[in-house]
Amino acid sequence: MRELSVQEITEAVSKMCISANCQASEDLVRATEQTNADEQSPAAKDALLTIRENQRVAAAEQIAMCQDTGLAVIFLEIGQEVHLTGGDLEEAIHAGVRKGYADGYLRKSVVADPLRRKNTGDNTPAIIHTRMVPGDKVVITVAPKGGGSENMSTVKMFPPSAGREGIIRFVVDWVKQAGANPCPPTVVGVGIGGTFEKVAYLAKRALLRPIGQPHTDAYYAEMEQEILAKINALGIGAQGFGGTITSFAVHIEVHPCHIASLPLAVNLNCHVSRHETVRI
Amino acid sequence: MSEIKRITTPLTDAIVEGLHAGDSVLITGVIYTGRDLAHARLIEALDRGETLPADLRGQIIYYVGPAPAKPGYAIGPAGPTTSYRMDAYTPRLLDYGLKGMIGKGNRTPEVIESMKKNKAVYFAAIGGAAAVIAKCIKKADMVAYEDLGPEALQRLEVVDMPATVVNDCHGNDLYVEGMARYARTAAHVCSCPTRPVSAGYHLSPRQGDGCR
Ligand code: SF4
Repeated sequence: MRELSVQEITEAVSKMCISANCQASEDLVRATEQTNADEQSPAAKDALLTIRENQRVAAAEQIAMCQDTGLAVIFLEIGQEVHLTGGDLEEAIHAGVRKGYADGYLRKSVVADPLRRKNTGDNTPAIIHTRMVPGDKVVITVAPKGGGSENMSTVKMFPPSAGREGIIRFVVDWVKQAGANPCPPTVVGVGIGGTFEKVAYLAKRALLRPIGQPHTDAYYAEMEQEILAKINALGIGAQGFGGTITSFAVHIEVHPCHIASLPLAVNLNCHVSRHETVRI
Repeated sequence: MSEIKRITTPLTDAIVEGLHAGDSVLITGVIYTGRDLAHARLIEALDRGETLPADLRGQIIYYVGPAPAKPGYAIGPAGPTTSYRMDAYTPRLLDYGLKGMIGKGNRTPEVIESMKKNKAVYFAAIGGAAAVIAKCIKKADMVAYEDLGPEALQRLEVVDMPATVVNDCHGNDLYVEGMARYARTAAHVCSCPTRPVSAGYHLSPRQGDGCR
Protein backbone atom coordinates (compact mmCIF):
# COMPACT_ATOMS: atom_id res chain seq x y z
CA MET A 1 0.00 0.00 0.00
CA ARG A 2 1.46 3.34 -1.02
CA GLU A 3 0.87 6.18 1.40
CA LEU A 4 0.07 9.65 0.08
CA SER A 5 -0.63 12.69 2.20
CA VAL A 6 -3.70 14.68 1.18
CA GLN A 7 -1.54 17.77 1.78
CA GLU A 8 0.18 16.96 -1.54
CA ILE A 9 -3.20 16.93 -3.25
CA THR A 10 -4.03 20.36 -1.77
CA GLU A 11 -0.76 21.76 -3.15
CA ALA A 12 -1.29 20.26 -6.60
CA VAL A 13 -4.88 21.52 -6.86
CA SER A 14 -3.89 25.00 -5.75
CA LYS A 15 -1.13 25.26 -8.37
CA MET A 16 -3.31 23.92 -11.17
CA CYS A 17 -6.17 26.32 -10.39
CA ILE A 18 -3.76 29.15 -11.10
CA SER A 19 -1.93 27.70 -14.08
CA ALA A 20 -5.05 26.43 -15.84
CA ASN A 21 -6.57 29.90 -15.62
CA CYS A 22 -3.48 31.86 -16.68
CA GLN A 23 -1.72 29.61 -19.15
CA ALA A 24 -3.38 28.51 -22.38
CA SER A 25 -2.53 24.87 -23.08
CA GLU A 26 -0.49 23.99 -26.17
CA ASP A 27 -3.46 22.42 -27.96
CA LEU A 28 -5.54 25.54 -27.35
CA VAL A 29 -2.82 27.85 -28.68
CA ARG A 30 -2.46 25.65 -31.76
CA ALA A 31 -6.22 25.58 -32.33
CA THR A 32 -6.46 29.37 -31.98
CA GLU A 33 -3.64 30.01 -34.46
CA GLN A 34 -4.92 27.45 -36.94
CA THR A 35 -8.44 28.87 -36.75
CA ASN A 36 -7.11 32.36 -37.31
CA ALA A 37 -5.25 31.13 -40.39
CA ASP A 38 -8.30 29.32 -41.80
CA GLU A 39 -11.01 31.88 -40.97
CA GLN A 40 -12.42 33.81 -43.94
CA SER A 41 -14.24 36.63 -42.15
CA PRO A 42 -12.15 39.72 -41.33
CA ALA A 43 -14.21 40.52 -38.20
CA ALA A 44 -13.83 37.00 -36.85
CA LYS A 45 -10.10 36.98 -37.74
CA ASP A 46 -9.71 40.19 -35.74
CA ALA A 47 -11.42 38.63 -32.75
CA LEU A 48 -9.13 35.59 -33.01
CA LEU A 49 -6.07 37.82 -33.06
CA THR A 50 -7.27 39.49 -29.87
CA ILE A 51 -7.94 36.09 -28.32
CA ARG A 52 -4.40 34.94 -29.14
CA GLU A 53 -2.95 38.21 -27.83
CA ASN A 54 -4.96 37.72 -24.64
CA GLN A 55 -3.40 34.27 -24.17
CA ARG A 56 0.06 35.83 -24.46
CA VAL A 57 -0.63 38.67 -22.02
CA ALA A 58 -2.21 36.34 -19.46
CA ALA A 59 0.71 33.93 -19.56
CA ALA A 60 3.36 36.65 -19.45
CA GLU A 61 1.78 38.54 -16.57
CA GLN A 62 0.35 35.49 -14.80
CA ILE A 63 -3.15 36.89 -14.74
CA ALA A 64 -6.33 35.05 -15.68
CA MET A 65 -7.25 34.82 -19.38
CA CYS A 66 -10.91 35.39 -18.50
CA GLN A 67 -12.42 37.20 -15.53
CA ASP A 68 -14.75 34.23 -15.12
CA THR A 69 -12.22 31.88 -13.60
CA GLY A 70 -14.96 29.34 -13.25
CA LEU A 71 -16.27 26.83 -10.86
CA ALA A 72 -13.42 24.40 -10.13
CA VAL A 73 -14.40 21.02 -11.54
CA ILE A 74 -12.02 18.31 -10.32
CA PHE A 75 -11.64 14.82 -11.77
CA LEU A 76 -9.87 12.35 -9.51
CA GLU A 77 -8.60 8.92 -10.40
CA ILE A 78 -7.45 7.17 -7.27
CA GLY A 79 -5.36 4.03 -7.58
CA GLN A 80 -6.84 1.36 -5.34
CA GLU A 81 -3.43 0.66 -3.88
CA VAL A 82 -3.08 4.19 -2.51
CA HIS A 83 -3.70 4.90 1.14
CA LEU A 84 -4.57 8.60 1.58
CA THR A 85 -3.36 9.99 4.90
CA GLY A 86 -3.47 13.22 6.85
CA GLY A 87 -7.12 14.20 6.60
CA ASP A 88 -10.31 14.34 4.60
CA LEU A 89 -9.69 14.04 0.83
CA GLU A 90 -12.55 16.29 -0.29
CA GLU A 91 -11.68 18.90 2.32
CA ALA A 92 -8.09 18.81 1.02
CA ILE A 93 -9.34 19.57 -2.48
CA HIS A 94 -11.51 22.45 -1.29
CA ALA A 95 -8.47 23.79 0.60
CA GLY A 96 -6.47 23.68 -2.64
CA VAL A 97 -9.17 25.58 -4.50
CA ARG A 98 -9.44 28.14 -1.69
CA LYS A 99 -5.68 28.73 -1.77
CA GLY A 100 -5.33 28.80 -5.55
CA TYR A 101 -8.18 31.25 -6.06
CA ALA A 102 -6.81 33.56 -3.34
CA ASP A 103 -3.12 33.40 -4.33
CA GLY A 104 -3.84 33.64 -8.06
CA TYR A 105 -6.17 36.67 -7.86
CA LEU A 106 -8.89 34.56 -9.40
CA ARG A 107 -12.55 35.50 -9.19
CA LYS A 108 -14.76 33.96 -6.55
CA SER A 109 -17.80 32.86 -8.55
CA VAL A 110 -19.62 30.41 -6.29
CA VAL A 111 -22.84 31.05 -4.36
CA ALA A 112 -23.58 28.86 -1.33
CA ASP A 113 -27.20 28.27 -2.24
CA PRO A 114 -28.75 28.21 -5.71
CA LEU A 115 -31.76 30.34 -4.75
CA ARG A 116 -30.54 32.51 -1.88
CA ARG A 117 -27.31 33.22 -3.78
CA LYS A 118 -24.79 34.42 -1.25
CA ASN A 119 -21.20 34.24 -2.50
CA THR A 120 -19.06 31.80 -0.50
CA GLY A 121 -16.16 34.21 -0.92
CA ASP A 122 -13.46 31.61 -1.65
CA ASN A 123 -14.75 29.80 -4.75
CA THR A 124 -15.46 26.62 -2.81
CA PRO A 125 -16.91 24.08 -2.86
CA ALA A 126 -15.37 22.45 -5.91
CA ILE A 127 -17.32 19.92 -7.97
CA ILE A 128 -15.51 16.62 -7.50
CA HIS A 129 -15.81 13.48 -9.65
CA THR A 130 -13.95 10.49 -8.22
CA ARG A 131 -13.12 7.17 -9.83
CA MET A 132 -11.26 4.22 -8.33
CA VAL A 133 -8.77 2.68 -10.75
CA PRO A 134 -6.10 -0.02 -10.53
CA GLY A 135 -2.58 1.00 -9.51
CA ASP A 136 -0.87 3.14 -6.88
CA LYS A 137 -1.11 6.63 -8.44
CA VAL A 138 -3.53 9.50 -8.08
CA VAL A 139 -4.40 11.46 -11.21
CA ILE A 140 -5.93 14.89 -10.64
CA THR A 141 -7.47 17.06 -13.34
CA VAL A 142 -8.52 20.62 -12.61
CA ALA A 143 -11.00 22.02 -15.16
CA PRO A 144 -12.29 25.49 -14.22
CA LYS A 145 -15.59 26.02 -16.02
CA GLY A 146 -17.09 29.41 -16.87
CA GLY A 147 -20.78 30.14 -16.46
CA GLY A 148 -21.37 31.59 -19.92
CA SER A 149 -20.64 28.38 -21.78
CA GLU A 150 -21.95 26.09 -19.03
CA ASN A 151 -25.36 27.79 -19.26
CA MET A 152 -25.46 26.88 -22.96
CA SER A 153 -25.46 23.14 -22.19
CA THR A 154 -28.28 20.60 -22.11
CA VAL A 155 -29.42 17.03 -21.59
CA LYS A 156 -32.03 15.38 -23.81
CA MET A 157 -33.53 11.91 -23.42
CA PHE A 158 -34.15 10.71 -26.99
CA PRO A 159 -36.00 7.57 -28.00
CA PRO A 160 -33.62 5.13 -29.73
CA SER A 161 -35.44 5.81 -33.03
CA ALA A 162 -33.87 9.31 -33.15
CA GLY A 163 -30.63 7.57 -34.13
CA ARG A 164 -27.46 9.10 -35.48
CA GLU A 165 -29.26 11.68 -37.63
CA GLY A 166 -31.51 12.87 -34.83
CA ILE A 167 -28.52 13.42 -32.60
CA ILE A 168 -26.55 15.30 -35.22
CA ARG A 169 -29.49 17.59 -35.97
CA PHE A 170 -30.08 18.32 -32.29
CA VAL A 171 -26.43 19.16 -31.53
CA VAL A 172 -26.11 21.46 -34.55
CA ASP A 173 -29.38 23.25 -33.70
CA TRP A 174 -28.28 23.57 -30.12
CA VAL A 175 -25.01 25.26 -31.07
CA LYS A 176 -26.93 27.50 -33.46
CA GLN A 177 -29.30 28.80 -30.83
CA ALA A 178 -26.41 29.32 -28.37
CA GLY A 179 -24.99 31.78 -30.91
CA ALA A 180 -22.44 34.19 -29.45
CA ASN A 181 -23.32 33.41 -25.81
CA PRO A 182 -20.70 30.71 -25.10
CA CYS A 183 -17.81 32.82 -26.48
CA PRO A 184 -17.07 30.96 -29.72
CA PRO A 185 -14.93 29.37 -31.08
CA THR A 186 -16.15 26.62 -28.80
CA VAL A 187 -15.26 23.05 -28.02
CA VAL A 188 -18.42 20.96 -28.20
CA GLY A 189 -18.54 18.09 -25.70
CA VAL A 190 -21.15 15.49 -26.62
CA GLY A 191 -22.15 12.60 -24.38
CA ILE A 192 -24.21 9.78 -25.87
CA GLY A 193 -25.62 6.82 -23.91
CA GLY A 194 -25.49 5.76 -20.29
CA THR A 195 -28.23 7.16 -18.09
CA PHE A 196 -29.58 10.65 -17.38
CA GLU A 197 -26.78 11.55 -14.95
CA LYS A 198 -24.04 9.58 -16.72
CA VAL A 199 -24.54 11.29 -20.06
CA ALA A 200 -23.91 14.76 -18.64
CA TYR A 201 -20.70 13.48 -17.08
CA LEU A 202 -19.63 12.03 -20.45
CA ALA A 203 -20.16 15.37 -22.19
CA LYS A 204 -18.07 17.13 -19.55
CA ARG A 205 -15.29 14.51 -19.79
CA ALA A 206 -15.27 14.94 -23.56
CA LEU A 207 -14.01 18.50 -23.02
CA LEU A 208 -10.85 17.17 -21.38
CA ARG A 209 -9.54 15.58 -24.56
CA PRO A 210 -6.77 17.54 -26.36
CA ILE A 211 -8.59 19.79 -28.82
CA GLY A 212 -9.35 17.98 -32.06
CA GLN A 213 -8.04 14.58 -31.01
CA PRO A 214 -10.48 12.21 -32.70
CA HIS A 215 -12.48 9.48 -30.97
CA THR A 216 -10.65 6.15 -31.04
CA ASP A 217 -13.66 4.49 -32.72
CA ALA A 218 -13.69 5.49 -36.41
CA TYR A 219 -17.52 5.55 -36.42
CA TYR A 220 -17.58 8.30 -33.81
CA ALA A 221 -14.49 10.06 -35.20
CA GLU A 222 -16.38 10.44 -38.47
CA MET A 223 -19.50 11.62 -36.67
CA GLU A 224 -17.42 14.25 -34.84
CA GLN A 225 -16.20 15.55 -38.20
CA GLU A 226 -19.68 15.62 -39.67
CA ILE A 227 -21.10 17.58 -36.73
CA LEU A 228 -18.14 19.98 -36.80
CA ALA A 229 -18.60 20.64 -40.51
CA LYS A 230 -22.30 21.34 -40.03
CA ILE A 231 -21.65 23.64 -37.06
CA ASN A 232 -19.03 25.58 -38.98
CA ALA A 233 -21.44 25.95 -41.89
CA LEU A 234 -23.82 27.86 -39.60
CA GLY A 235 -21.77 31.00 -40.14
CA ILE A 236 -21.73 32.14 -36.50
CA GLY A 237 -17.95 32.55 -36.37
CA ALA A 238 -15.69 33.71 -33.56
CA GLN A 239 -17.68 35.83 -31.09
CA GLY A 240 -20.75 35.50 -33.31
CA PHE A 241 -19.48 38.21 -35.66
CA GLY A 242 -20.10 35.96 -38.66
CA GLY A 243 -17.45 33.57 -39.91
CA THR A 244 -16.47 30.19 -41.23
CA ILE A 245 -15.32 28.63 -37.93
CA THR A 246 -17.65 28.49 -34.92
CA SER A 247 -16.13 25.52 -33.12
CA PHE A 248 -12.57 24.27 -32.77
CA ALA A 249 -13.71 20.69 -32.38
CA VAL A 250 -16.49 18.28 -31.47
CA HIS A 251 -15.59 15.54 -28.98
CA ILE A 252 -17.97 12.63 -28.46
CA GLU A 253 -17.89 10.22 -25.50
CA VAL A 254 -20.21 7.22 -25.44
CA HIS A 255 -21.42 4.59 -22.97
CA PRO A 256 -23.71 1.54 -23.17
CA CYS A 257 -27.34 2.35 -22.40
CA HIS A 258 -30.79 0.87 -21.72
CA ILE A 259 -32.69 -0.76 -24.61
CA ALA A 260 -35.37 1.96 -24.27
CA SER A 261 -33.06 4.98 -24.09
CA LEU A 262 -30.79 7.20 -26.12
CA PRO A 263 -29.54 9.87 -23.72
CA LEU A 264 -27.70 12.85 -25.17
CA ALA A 265 -25.84 15.69 -23.49
CA VAL A 266 -24.15 18.74 -24.97
CA ASN A 267 -21.63 20.62 -22.84
CA LEU A 268 -20.18 23.65 -24.57
CA ASN A 269 -16.79 25.03 -23.65
CA CYS A 270 -15.65 28.49 -24.67
CA HIS A 271 -12.37 29.34 -26.38
CA VAL A 272 -10.89 29.68 -22.88
CA SER A 273 -10.86 25.90 -22.68
CA ARG A 274 -9.08 25.12 -19.41
CA HIS A 275 -7.89 21.87 -17.93
CA GLU A 276 -4.71 20.61 -16.44
CA THR A 277 -3.71 17.18 -15.17
CA VAL A 278 -1.08 15.90 -12.79
CA ARG A 279 -0.15 12.36 -11.74
CA ILE A 280 1.22 11.79 -8.25
CA MET B 1 -14.66 46.35 -42.56
CA SER B 2 -15.37 49.89 -41.69
CA GLU B 3 -12.69 52.06 -40.15
CA ILE B 4 -12.49 52.39 -36.39
CA LYS B 5 -14.65 55.09 -34.80
CA ARG B 6 -13.58 56.83 -31.62
CA ILE B 7 -16.37 57.75 -29.23
CA THR B 8 -16.41 59.49 -25.87
CA THR B 9 -18.92 59.04 -23.04
CA PRO B 10 -21.51 60.22 -22.10
CA LEU B 11 -23.37 59.26 -25.27
CA THR B 12 -25.69 61.69 -27.03
CA ASP B 13 -28.45 60.92 -29.53
CA ALA B 14 -26.15 62.17 -32.29
CA ILE B 15 -23.33 59.79 -31.32
CA VAL B 16 -25.72 56.84 -31.08
CA GLU B 17 -27.34 57.63 -34.42
CA GLY B 18 -23.93 57.67 -36.08
CA LEU B 19 -23.19 54.09 -35.04
CA HIS B 20 -24.07 51.09 -37.19
CA ALA B 21 -24.05 47.35 -36.58
CA GLY B 22 -20.59 46.01 -37.43
CA ASP B 23 -18.74 49.24 -36.61
CA SER B 24 -15.54 48.85 -34.62
CA VAL B 25 -15.28 51.53 -31.96
CA LEU B 26 -12.81 52.68 -29.33
CA ILE B 27 -14.56 53.99 -26.23
CA THR B 28 -13.01 56.60 -23.97
CA GLY B 29 -14.43 58.13 -20.78
CA VAL B 30 -16.41 56.92 -17.80
CA ILE B 31 -18.46 53.72 -17.96
CA TYR B 32 -20.19 51.76 -15.17
CA THR B 33 -20.04 48.07 -14.32
CA GLY B 34 -23.19 46.15 -13.50
CA ARG B 35 -24.42 42.61 -13.90
CA ASP B 36 -27.21 40.38 -12.56
CA LEU B 37 -27.62 41.43 -8.93
CA ALA B 38 -26.64 45.08 -9.44
CA HIS B 39 -29.36 45.31 -12.10
CA ALA B 40 -31.91 43.80 -9.73
CA ARG B 41 -31.02 46.42 -7.13
CA LEU B 42 -31.11 49.32 -9.61
CA ILE B 43 -34.62 48.32 -10.66
CA GLU B 44 -35.71 47.99 -7.01
CA ALA B 45 -34.39 51.52 -6.41
CA LEU B 46 -36.33 52.84 -9.42
CA ASP B 47 -39.46 51.03 -8.16
CA ARG B 48 -39.13 52.75 -4.82
CA GLY B 49 -38.66 56.11 -6.53
CA GLU B 50 -35.13 56.52 -5.15
CA THR B 51 -32.24 58.23 -6.89
CA LEU B 52 -29.79 55.72 -8.31
CA PRO B 53 -26.31 55.49 -6.74
CA ALA B 54 -24.93 56.79 -10.05
CA ASP B 55 -26.66 58.98 -12.61
CA LEU B 56 -26.79 56.54 -15.50
CA ARG B 57 -28.54 58.87 -17.93
CA GLY B 58 -26.47 59.10 -21.11
CA GLN B 59 -24.07 56.48 -19.74
CA ILE B 60 -22.86 53.02 -20.73
CA ILE B 61 -23.15 49.96 -18.49
CA TYR B 62 -20.50 47.29 -18.99
CA TYR B 63 -21.76 43.83 -18.07
CA VAL B 64 -18.71 42.63 -16.21
CA GLY B 65 -17.70 41.03 -12.95
CA PRO B 66 -13.95 41.65 -12.84
CA ALA B 67 -11.44 39.32 -11.23
CA PRO B 68 -9.45 40.76 -8.29
CA ALA B 69 -6.64 43.17 -9.22
CA LYS B 70 -3.07 42.09 -8.66
CA PRO B 71 -0.98 44.67 -6.77
CA GLY B 72 -0.03 47.42 -9.22
CA TYR B 73 -3.05 46.88 -11.49
CA ALA B 74 -6.07 49.23 -11.70
CA ILE B 75 -8.37 46.24 -12.09
CA GLY B 76 -8.20 42.48 -12.60
CA PRO B 77 -9.10 40.74 -15.87
CA ALA B 78 -12.41 42.24 -17.01
CA GLY B 79 -14.15 40.77 -20.05
CA PRO B 80 -17.87 40.91 -20.81
CA THR B 81 -20.45 38.54 -19.35
CA THR B 82 -23.45 37.17 -21.29
CA SER B 83 -26.02 39.92 -21.79
CA TYR B 84 -29.32 38.04 -22.02
CA ARG B 85 -29.39 37.70 -18.24
CA MET B 86 -29.85 41.47 -18.02
CA ASP B 87 -32.63 41.58 -20.66
CA ALA B 88 -35.45 41.51 -18.12
CA TYR B 89 -34.15 44.76 -16.57
CA THR B 90 -32.83 46.57 -19.62
CA PRO B 91 -35.91 48.28 -21.17
CA ARG B 92 -36.61 49.89 -17.78
CA LEU B 93 -33.06 51.32 -17.63
CA LEU B 94 -33.23 52.50 -21.24
CA ASP B 95 -36.51 54.29 -20.52
CA TYR B 96 -34.75 55.92 -17.59
CA GLY B 97 -32.01 57.22 -19.88
CA LEU B 98 -29.23 54.63 -20.15
CA LYS B 99 -27.68 54.98 -23.63
CA GLY B 100 -25.32 52.07 -24.09
CA MET B 101 -24.45 48.57 -22.98
CA ILE B 102 -21.34 46.45 -23.46
CA GLY B 103 -21.65 42.67 -23.19
CA LYS B 104 -21.73 39.58 -25.37
CA GLY B 105 -24.49 37.54 -26.96
CA ASN B 106 -28.04 38.09 -28.22
CA ARG B 107 -30.64 40.47 -26.79
CA THR B 108 -34.40 39.84 -26.76
CA PRO B 109 -36.71 41.56 -29.26
CA GLU B 110 -38.05 43.68 -26.35
CA VAL B 111 -34.58 45.07 -25.63
CA ILE B 112 -33.93 45.72 -29.32
CA GLU B 113 -37.26 47.56 -29.65
CA SER B 114 -36.50 49.62 -26.57
CA MET B 115 -33.07 50.51 -28.02
CA LYS B 116 -34.76 51.83 -31.16
CA LYS B 117 -37.32 53.77 -29.15
CA ASN B 118 -34.78 55.29 -26.75
CA LYS B 119 -31.89 55.69 -29.21
CA ALA B 120 -29.48 53.36 -27.47
CA VAL B 121 -26.69 51.08 -28.65
CA TYR B 122 -25.43 47.61 -27.71
CA PHE B 123 -21.75 46.79 -28.11
CA ALA B 124 -19.94 43.47 -27.87
CA ALA B 125 -16.51 43.24 -26.30
CA ILE B 126 -14.48 40.11 -27.01
CA GLY B 127 -15.70 37.50 -24.54
CA GLY B 128 -12.81 35.80 -22.79
CA ALA B 129 -10.24 38.46 -23.78
CA ALA B 130 -10.30 39.77 -20.23
CA ALA B 131 -6.58 40.29 -19.70
CA VAL B 132 -6.18 42.60 -22.72
CA ILE B 133 -9.46 44.45 -22.14
CA ALA B 134 -8.35 45.28 -18.58
CA LYS B 135 -5.39 47.20 -20.07
CA CYS B 136 -7.84 49.85 -21.33
CA ILE B 137 -9.28 50.40 -17.85
CA LYS B 138 -7.18 53.03 -16.13
CA LYS B 139 -9.12 53.50 -12.93
CA ALA B 140 -11.86 51.64 -11.04
CA ASP B 141 -13.83 53.11 -8.13
CA MET B 142 -16.49 51.44 -6.02
CA VAL B 143 -19.85 53.21 -6.33
CA ALA B 144 -22.37 50.92 -4.64
CA TYR B 145 -23.33 47.37 -3.68
CA GLU B 146 -19.82 46.48 -2.48
CA ASP B 147 -21.32 43.50 -0.63
CA LEU B 148 -21.96 41.86 -4.01
CA GLY B 149 -18.23 41.26 -4.52
CA PRO B 150 -17.49 40.90 -8.25
CA GLU B 151 -21.08 42.03 -8.97
CA ALA B 152 -20.68 45.45 -7.32
CA LEU B 153 -21.43 48.69 -9.21
CA GLN B 154 -18.14 50.36 -10.14
CA ARG B 155 -17.15 53.47 -12.04
CA LEU B 156 -14.45 52.79 -14.63
CA GLU B 157 -12.29 55.20 -16.56
CA VAL B 158 -11.45 53.68 -19.92
CA VAL B 159 -9.20 54.79 -22.73
CA ASP B 160 -9.68 53.39 -26.23
CA MET B 161 -11.58 50.34 -25.11
CA PRO B 162 -12.30 48.25 -28.24
CA ALA B 163 -15.87 47.13 -28.90
CA THR B 164 -18.08 46.24 -31.85
CA VAL B 165 -21.58 47.57 -32.46
CA VAL B 166 -23.99 44.61 -32.44
CA ASN B 167 -27.38 46.35 -32.26
CA ASP B 168 -27.67 49.94 -33.43
CA CYS B 169 -30.64 52.24 -32.86
CA HIS B 170 -31.73 51.74 -36.47
CA GLY B 171 -32.72 48.10 -35.89
CA ASN B 172 -29.68 46.39 -37.44
CA ASP B 173 -28.15 43.32 -35.79
CA LEU B 174 -24.57 42.22 -36.46
CA TYR B 175 -25.20 38.69 -35.14
CA VAL B 176 -28.00 38.15 -37.64
CA GLU B 177 -26.22 39.82 -40.54
CA GLY B 178 -22.79 38.28 -39.88
CA MET B 179 -24.22 34.80 -39.62
CA ALA B 180 -26.27 35.22 -42.80
CA ARG B 181 -23.16 36.35 -44.67
CA TYR B 182 -21.15 33.23 -43.81
CA ALA B 183 -23.84 30.57 -43.51
CA ARG B 184 -23.54 27.81 -46.05
CA THR B 185 -26.36 25.47 -46.95
CA ALA B 186 -26.25 21.84 -45.95
CA ALA B 187 -25.61 20.93 -49.58
CA HIS B 188 -22.14 22.43 -49.25
CA VAL B 189 -21.32 20.40 -46.21
CA CYS B 190 -20.01 16.91 -46.34
CA SER B 191 -18.70 14.65 -43.66
CA CYS B 192 -15.61 13.42 -45.47
CA PRO B 193 -12.36 14.52 -43.86
CA THR B 194 -11.32 16.86 -46.64
CA ARG B 195 -8.03 17.85 -45.14
CA PRO B 196 -5.53 15.88 -43.14
CA VAL B 197 -5.28 15.91 -39.40
CA SER B 198 -2.29 18.08 -38.69
CA ALA B 199 -0.55 18.09 -35.34
CA GLY B 200 -3.57 16.61 -33.61
CA TYR B 201 -5.83 19.39 -34.74
CA HIS B 202 -8.60 18.80 -37.25
CA LEU B 203 -9.02 21.39 -39.91
CA SER B 204 -12.61 22.09 -40.61
CA PRO B 205 -13.85 21.04 -44.03
CA ARG B 206 -14.80 24.05 -46.13
CA GLN B 207 -16.66 24.58 -49.29
CA GLY B 208 -14.31 24.07 -52.21
CA ASP B 209 -11.71 22.19 -50.18
CA GLY B 210 -12.15 19.02 -52.11
CA CYS B 211 -15.76 18.36 -51.20
CA ARG B 212 -17.90 18.15 -54.27
S1 SF4 C 1 -17.85 31.65 -21.65
FE1 SF4 C 1 -15.68 31.32 -21.22
S2 SF4 C 1 -14.57 32.95 -22.25
FE2 SF4 C 1 -16.73 33.53 -22.15
S3 SF4 C 1 -16.86 34.78 -20.30
FE3 SF4 C 1 -17.40 32.69 -19.72
S4 SF4 C 1 -15.46 31.72 -19.06
FE4 SF4 C 1 -14.96 33.59 -20.16
